[in-house]
Amino acid sequence: MTLYLLLTVNSITFGGLLFLLAAGFSLIFGLMRIPNLTHGSLFMLGAYFGATFVGGYLSLTFNFWIAALMATVLVAAFGTVIERLFLRQLPGQPMAQVLVTLGISFIVADFCLMVWGGDPVRVATPPGLSGYVHYGPLVFPHYRLAVIAIAVVIAVALWLLLDRTRLGAMIRAGVDDPDMARVVGIRVSQLFTIVFALGAGLAAFAGMIGAPILSVYPGLDQDMLPLALVVVILGGTGSLLGSFVGSIVIGFIYNFGQALLPELSYFVLFLPMLIVLIVRPQGLFGRFVP
Amino acid sequence: MSGVRLIGFAVTFVALVTLPYWMPGDYYLNVSSQILYYAIFALGLNILAGYAGLVSLGHAGLFGIAAYTTGYMLQQGFGHPAAIIGALIMGMASMALYAVLSLRATGIGFIMITLALGEIIWGLAYRWTSITGGDNGINLHGRPHPFGTAIDTPASFYYTTLTVFLLSVAIMMVFVRSPLGAALMGTRDQPRRMNALGYHVWAIRFWACMFSGLLTAVSGILFVYYTQFISPQAVDLTSSAEVLLMVISGGAGTLLGPIVGAALVIVVKSVVSGFIERWNMLLGAIFVFIVILMPEGLVPGSARLWRLVSRKSRLRRDLKAEAKR
Repeated sequence: MTLYLLLTVNSITFGGLLFLLAAGFSLIFGLMRIPNLTHGSLFMLGAYFGATFVGGYLSLTFNFWIAALMATVLVAAFGTVIERLFLRQLPGQPMAQVLVTLGISFIVADFCLMVWGGDPVRVATPPGLSGYVHYGPLVFPHYRLAVIAIAVVIAVALWLLLDRTRLGAMIRAGVDDPDMARVVGIRVSQLFTIVFALGAGLAAFAGMIGAPILSVYPGLDQDMLPLALVVVILGGTGSLLGSFVGSIVIGFIYNFGQALLPELSYFVLFLPMLIVLIVRPQGLFGRFVP
Repeated sequence: MSGVRLIGFAVTFVALVTLPYWMPGDYYLNVSSQILYYAIFALGLNILAGYAGLVSLGHAGLFGIAAYTTGYMLQQGFGHPAAIIGALIMGMASMALYAVLSLRATGIGFIMITLALGEIIWGLAYRWTSITGGDNGINLHGRPHPFGTAIDTPASFYYTTLTVFLLSVAIMMVFVRSPLGAALMGTRDQPRRMNALGYHVWAIRFWACMFSGLLTAVSGILFVYYTQFISPQAVDLTSSAEVLLMVISGGAGTLLGPIVGAALVIVVKSVVSGFIERWNMLLGAIFVFIVILMPEGLVPGSARLWRLVSRKSRLRRDLKAEAKR
């Protein structure tokens, strides 16, 4: 029983992290119609940048949250560069755009290996959150609970952005029908840049928030990308609610699978995706079939 | 076939057959064997990525299944013929499953599903340690003796690979000219029209997948016999991307392209690994370069550039002649 409760908290924490990663992936996919295969790399890059700012590898050391913010801004800028410099060169060729993102992900992975080496980089839990909550026989780290809170706050903020603002309305219009959105005067290509930067920033933020739990290591990108992919296939592209539900479901399956079926954990992870593909190809809350 | 091309083919054929006699040293001979079995792999992927318009990012998984089955069955004490047949059957069965799941979509959806399937196989190879040995992989001991001849030396293994390679190329040439090949290209260019004409688009794509799976499994078996070792690294996304790069860089949807691409990638990889430890950055850069600047690949791309240059020079000559007059 204790084990299951502990696994449940871990699952929700991991689901929250996945949501931060997958929300951007899903928005980019929904608007630009391409799965951004650099998304795992952006997550890893954010974590490495943040670890560098916190760990005093530079002569300055920063507070954890400031470091997370700086990493977010840096990677968002990098996302803007990818979109403007590379994807913009291939308008209307989704296949080529996907391959370019794949190429960039290899470059980023090797760059990280060159700069930060092959050993895992550990990030300390931010001060003030290193304690534990005791509840009967159970012990929950403060930090994991904080991650859940952060994910919920960002989910609400994203929902407000998409549902209550003019920009959000334009993004939703672009997701539903890009051609019609252009006709009514929305500059969809400008939205591409904004959404790509937003998604990149969210991924980097998730990387830094996840770093104290997962630590940062080469191959983190290839561990996270399939998870984001599965969440989005499960939840449906371009849907915030879909990403949220998908993330929590995958968070549970991932943690319980690792604990109960370690040898087949990957297989179990991808099963719901296959079922959804067969029964409901647009995903649980998706608006279109990719 | 025009005279020039026929001569070109004849010269290449003679060069390939006599290669062990003029190649300096076993190292280069081994690199040639690698190029040949990767070329078979690339030819297999090209059926989907080139002729069917279905880009798969999970083909290394199928390649790995054939290789792992060979290794596992040999480890369990089966003979070489049983292991090879078992690997072919497993490879084809997995391809059938792949096809049933991924052919629900085309385009981006197909990429995503094959990518996810490839990751599942990678995860199984990495985690299912009681079968695959996890990160330690499976070691092989010895190669088979087809028709009573040992293929343990670099030269004899090269000839085995070359035979399989030439056979694959011949089958590809027949396939491209066959009604099925034509129908497949039809489903790539105009799926709805093909459907309206009464073709079963799904079935055509399915059989293309099976053909692709056969070549992939064959190359996987050659690979595992060459390296005598299989580990999850051979199954990961980077490996899938490498083969796709061979197809795209050479020219997807051409017969020669994947072969040239395989040679290019393997040579660059062997040369580069002599200088720097990792070549992923270069791989990525080549990917980005080719997709943006030469999307049709090196073979058709250079043919186009050559035509452009020769036409321009001819035009200039004509203009000069005009001006003189």
